[in-house]
Amino acid sequence: MYRVVKAEPLADRVHALVVEAPHVARHARAGQFLIVRVDPEGERIPLTISAVDGDRVRVIFMAVGATTHRLAELGPGDAILDVAGPLGRPSEIPENQTCVIVGGGVGIASCPIIARTLKAAGNRVIGIIGARNADLLILEDEMREACDDLYVTTDDGSKGRHGFAADVLKELIEQEVIGCVWIIGPAIMMKVTSGVTRPRGIRTLVSLNPIMVDGTGMCGSCRVVVNGETRFACVDGPEFDAHAVDFDRLMQRQRIYLDEEREALEHHHASRCGCETGAPHG
Amino acid sequence: MVERAAEVRVHDFGEVDLGLGPDEAVAEAARCLQCKKPACIGGCPVGIDIPGFLAAIAEGRFVDARARILEANLLPAVCGRVCPQESQCEGACILGKKECAINIGALERFAADVGEGEESAPTEPAPPSGKRVAVVGSGPAGLTAAAELARRGHGVTLYESLHEPGGVLVYGIPEFRLPKAIVRAEIGRVLALGVELRTNMLVGASVPVKELLDFDAVFVATGAGLPSFMGIPGEETNGVYSANEFLTRVNLMRADRFPATGTPVKRGSRVVVTGGGNVAMDAARVALRLGARVTLVYRRREEDFPARRDEVRHAKEEGVEFVTCAAPVRIHGEPAVTGVECVAMAMCDLDESGRPEPREVEGSTFVIDADTVIQAIGTSPNPLLVRLLPGAATGRKGNLVVDEDGRTSLPRVYAGGDIATGAATVILAMGAGKRAAAAIDADLRGAGRL
Ligand SMILES: Cc1cc2nc3c(=O)[nH]c(=O)nc-3n(C[C@H](O)[C@H](O)[C@H](O)COP(=O)(O)OP(=O)(O)OC[C@H]3O[C@@H](n4cnc5c(N)ncnc54)[C@H](O)[C@@H]3O)c2cc1C
Ligand SMILES: Cc1cc2nc3c(=O)[nH]c(=O)nc-3n(C[C@H](O)[C@H](O)[C@H](O)COP(=O)(O)OP(=O)(O)OC[C@H]3O[C@@H](n4cnc5c(N)ncnc54)[C@H](O)[C@@H]3O)c2cc1C
Ligand code: SF4
Ligand code: SF4
Ligand code: FES
Repeated sequence: MYRVVKAEPLADRVHALVVEAPHVARHARAGQFLIVRVDPEGERIPLTISAVDGDRVRVIFMAVGATTHRLAELGPGDAILDVAGPLGRPSEIPENQTCVIVGGGVGIASCPIIARTLKAAGNRVIGIIGARNADLLILEDEMREACDDLYVTTDDGSKGRHGFAADVLKELIEQEVIGCVWIIGPAIMMKVTSGVTRPRGIRTLVSLNPIMVDGTGMCGSCRVVVNGETRFACVDGPEFDAHAVDFDRLMQRQRIYLDEEREALEHHHASRCGCETGAPHG
Repeated sequence: MVERAAEVRVHDFGEVDLGLGPDEAVAEAARCLQCKKPACIGGCPVGIDIPGFLAAIAEGRFVDARARILEANLLPAVCGRVCPQESQCEGACILGKKECAINIGALERFAADVGEGEESAPTEPAPPSGKRVAVVGSGPAGLTAAAELARRGHGVTLYESLHEPGGVLVYGIPEFRLPKAIVRAEIGRVLALGVELRTNMLVGASVPVKELLDFDAVFVATGAGLPSFMGIPGEETNGVYSANEFLTRVNLMRADRFPATGTPVKRGSRVVVTGGGNVAMDAARVALRLGARVTLVYRRREEDFPARRDEVRHAKEEGVEFVTCAAPVRIHGEPAVTGVECVAMAMCDLDESGRPEPREVEGSTFVIDADTVIQAIGTSPNPLLVRLLPGAATGRKGNLVVDEDGRTSLPRVYAGGDIATGAATVILAMGAGKRAAAAIDADLRGAGRL
């Protein structure tokens, strides 16, 4: 059992949980993730390690399905049955370059830890964080502190610049020499945004989020196509060269269980509030 | 031996084989000749005193029989069910030459089941040696080594990356062949010897190699969990599973009870399984139980199936269709599977394994309708930790190279089971765990450090 020490809403349906998990916290590096299983009937789901403090790790997630809704109900003193990690390869960290880190939506969760690590390795770090609207923007303060410069965008213009992170990235790469770019967010955002750096051949990394089970290279559920080859995101990634990733395949495989995910969410709500409609309570 | 009727058992995950009754067991055990030089023991990788426990059963002393087995094997209820007895103990039994070999596996299972709960703790652990040994991986190899080391008085920490111990016994082999309650009970016995189990620990990540090497000795038993894919077009299509994924979703995560459990699985109405080993049979029979029509495609002949004899028979009885001498070449469908294109194979000259080598027959392709494809064409040693061990000698398949006693090329690091042999069997993994534990014990004591 792993104790929840802090639970905090960050934005609409977006929550942060701080969990005591020494085996993960002590060895975690930027870019890695963990797997949680909330209770004995629960699914194993991967979440990025978003911050580390001593024996504690922080995860940030959006309540989208049954498991993330379950997690969102947890508060300090509650326990998570299983926390495994750290999993995946750490981010590859260059030295003394100008790096740009782009976060979209909940994907911003992964950014501060990478930004801080890049900074510590002597890089100049420019952050770009984007969300649909101001209410969904998370970790702005943390990113401002971790980066040398920070740009904020919203799709509807309710905060920062009106538009997409990709627009800012496009301007940046025209203005200065960029060594390396990270793009982390929904698959479609990573696909579109990495298109910006492709013509200039700028090294660009994306953190892929396929469906996983074990997270240790045993099942092959997480396979993605990179450079035309099959790779397992949990052990070969989750970061890959953006320009070699087959994003359409990733998005297709993310949809395998759409019907089942809906069913699980309905089951979750029905078992929580006893209502038949499956409408979220509260 | 009573087996549940095929048409009944395909609808649930209850055990297929109900085992021997006491009278049957006594009669079967009484057939043993009590050979002076029992060939059967040589066929058992953990060296169970087979005539000894058979004599006890024949005399109705069932609990004694169980105690006798436990001296050599802490997982008898598992082995009695899943050992390929025909090529191990029973294959060596002298009676097999004339009439029928003693049904040693079923008798071992009988003794294990009948005595379960009557805790005859095998042997008192030896006095503490003060040495600490890390065992990585809690499959049959790791469990056996952990138990043997604990019995010899060493402090054992057993690391497992999944949330439950047992390795393939819990995530691979299905409930209807090996009930999980039985696996848990047998593992409980290992832990009761004082083994400290740490789940959710991926060694190499949760425990860095540097920390691992701080132990006085390390036994690596990380298995052959890496699934192979065929590398044919269409493999990334939705609905294509490795057997590991399909079986893990159902056995470990209980997707058969979804949505009461959180993990889904595609049940499929037309399932094609590729392969001919135990894994393929298990995947096919699980798919049947989830309600699908199942076709198993194997590139050699039926007599070449590497699976246990009984499993092939059970699969057939339950209605798995076999398409032999055929190999998939392409998976049709976008975004989800609609069929599997196969090519017929001709059996040609004998290959290295002594079996005829299959070769494609030109122009013989045909398509089997399918909405789910499960690939069970093999697995290779888990590379994760192996890669991190500095300078460890590895073989062609990525396996750790070990000597007779499980010593790797690195001092104080031992290995056994599938990580050393490539995908093999439960009992070979256990035998390796037992030999390595003896070697670790001898090395730790012999090194003059005790
Ligand atoms: C390496 C890795 C790291 C990850 N890190 C995080 C993380 O830090 N925070 C996080 O929230 N998620 C993260 N994810 C995704 C997360 O694992 C899934 O969101 C999770 O499985 C959802 O489980 P569920 O049961 O709540 O929802 P499910 O029922 O499994 O999914 C519900 C629906 O939501 C969609 N969905 C999934 N993720 C998102 C998303 N982020 N935004 C919008 N829709 C989504 C799914 O496609 C699905 O249709 C990560 C995934 C991977 C592989
Ligand atoms: C579906 C299926 C059916 C089978 N049927 C039979 C049968 O009927 N009869 C038979 O004899 N054999 C059968 N086998 C083969 C048999 O199960 C294996 O040969 C045996 O389990 C190997 O044991 P092992 O201890 O070497 O490895 P495994 O059982 O694979 O256990 C390895 C364990 O190590 C863990 N691990 C891996 N890496 C790490 C790490 N870095 N840190 C921590 N933990 C780690 C894994 O999670 C796993 O739990 C079957 C196999 C499968 C897949
Ligand atoms: S453990 Fe396996 S090989 Fe040994 S006697 Fe039992 S069934 Fe036979
Ligand atoms: S070889 Fe057969 S008959 Fe002889 S002791 Fe062993 S089981 Fe009995
Ligand atoms: S999640 Fe199973 S192999 Fe990656």
